Amino acid sequence: MRKGSFIIKLVLFACIFAALSGCGYNTMQKNEEAVKAAWGDVEAAYQRRSDLIPNLVEVVKAYAKHERETLTAVTEARAKVGEMQVSKDIIEDPKALSQFQEAQAGMTSALSRLMLVVERYPDLKANQNFQDLQHQLEGSENRINVARTRYNKAVEVFNGSIRIFPNNLTNKFLLHLSMKEPFKADAGAAKAPQVKF
Amino acid sequence: MGGWGDRVMGGKGKRFHVPLVFFLLCLPFAVYGLDVPRLQGYVSDHAGMISPSAKSKIEEELRAFEQSDSTQIVILTIPSLEGENIEEFGIKVAEAWKIGQQQKDNGVLLIVSKQERKIRVEVGRGLEGKLTDLMAGRIIDQVIKPRFKQGDFDGGLITGVSALIDATRGEFKAEQRPGKRRQKGLPPFLTLFLFLGVFTLILGSISRILGGITAAIGLPAFVYLAVLPVGILAMLLLALVGFGAGLFLPRLFSSGGSRRGGYRDHGGGFFFGPGTGGSTGGGGFDGGFSGGGGSFGGGGASGDW
Repeated sequence: MRKGSFIIKLVLFACIFAALSGCGYNTMQKNEEAVKAAWGDVEAAYQRRSDLIPNLVEVVKAYAKHERETLTAVTEARAKVGEMQVSKDIIEDPKALSQFQEAQAGMTSALSRLMLVVERYPDLKANQNFQDLQHQLEGSENRINVARTRYNKAVEVFNGSIRIFPNNLTNKFLLHLSMKEPFKADAGAAKAPQVKF
Repeated sequence: MGGWGDRVMGGKGKRFHVPLVFFLLCLPFAVYGLDVPRLQGYVSDHAGMISPSAKSKIEEELRAFEQSDSTQIVILTIPSLEGENIEEFGIKVAEAWKIGQQQKDNGVLLIVSKQERKIRVEVGRGLEGKLTDLMAGRIIDQVIKPRFKQGDFDGGLITGVSALIDATRGEFKAEQRPGKRRQKGLPPFLTLFLFLGVFTLILGSISRILGGITAAIGLPAFVYLAVLPVGILAMLLLALVGFGAGLFLPRLFSSGGSRRGGYRDHGGGFFFGPGTGGSTGGGGFDGGFSGGGGSFGGGGASGDW
């Protein structure tokens, strides 16, 4: 009698184990963690760029005094990004994410205008400090790109995994995870930037 | 060709195949712009820019550096980027080659594109602290670029590699036995498999039907969890195979005493794992050179000459 109940318990355990693995419970949890981790990288990459701005502005200011307007635009864009309250559920909120993206895109365009202006100052371009900063800025832009691509990939995997068949039922009744928002291509990215001389 | 399709789909069969074949042909080209070149060793000179003597000198230096510090530095030259962005190409190659050791992420990739005259240093995550973007940029600007401008590719790469080594030296140390570092424990899916096998055997020795049922549940569950998430039909098939194996296996083991020589082969056949476990380790790291599984996050710098 006792031996029988032990075996039944074992079989029951095996059944639950098999059922859980078949319904995608673990997969979805794992994929959500991957999305969160990828978002952390995105934020870190953007933060890295923000941290560079004060130094960059200082160096440019020393050589290009007349470009006050461009410099203010960069500083303002940075302040705007800094003001943003990025909450944890931004990745589930399309509106918050698009606001975030808009603010960051504002900074990207302010920075690219600044880099265009700099072309007029050969002394500045030859400055070692400035060259270093330029490399750091390029590096952080590249990290942002990589982090965004990886985030979007993680979102794609996660969104796919909560929609396919047995998983959607598990999610509906057990997990209640919601779709995550991917980055969309920046609004200005479709058209080539205009260069005026 | 198309015989099965014709029979099933009637007259429409042929029209159905053309777009499908076309689609399949287009798929790989649409996804990858420029293929990731083959990893030939520490120096993969696809553009033919480096002289043999310089190449062997660099390779020797890099091999010694990996032996002492475990940090992998690899050079790639390509004839042309074919319109692709060097940063995007760089991260693509880095992701494919996985230079640097796993966990340490200590790989550096130096890419030179001959036609566009572009240089990129891609830095693994573990080295970003020492070989910062700034440092990588300085090495490109002050060490590699001036020599490349004079057409001295050998000199630029030799001094560039030395600069990269100087910048990253001491960040990591090689472990005692670098050749054996992957042999720690069994891979997790193998452990799970063994566990399931033993479980089946114990239950099977109590009752054969019970063993069969356990294996019928266990095998599909194992395949789904550890190998790949298969469909319902494949699961049913696996359950059937598992049931058969579960019925049969305990008998083999219990009567193993009388014909011990024979059962090993059978066991290997059913387990299709432990007997040939060596081939599941990830492959290809004892013959020739390969990346150790390091990851990259887009750190590094670019330049041109």
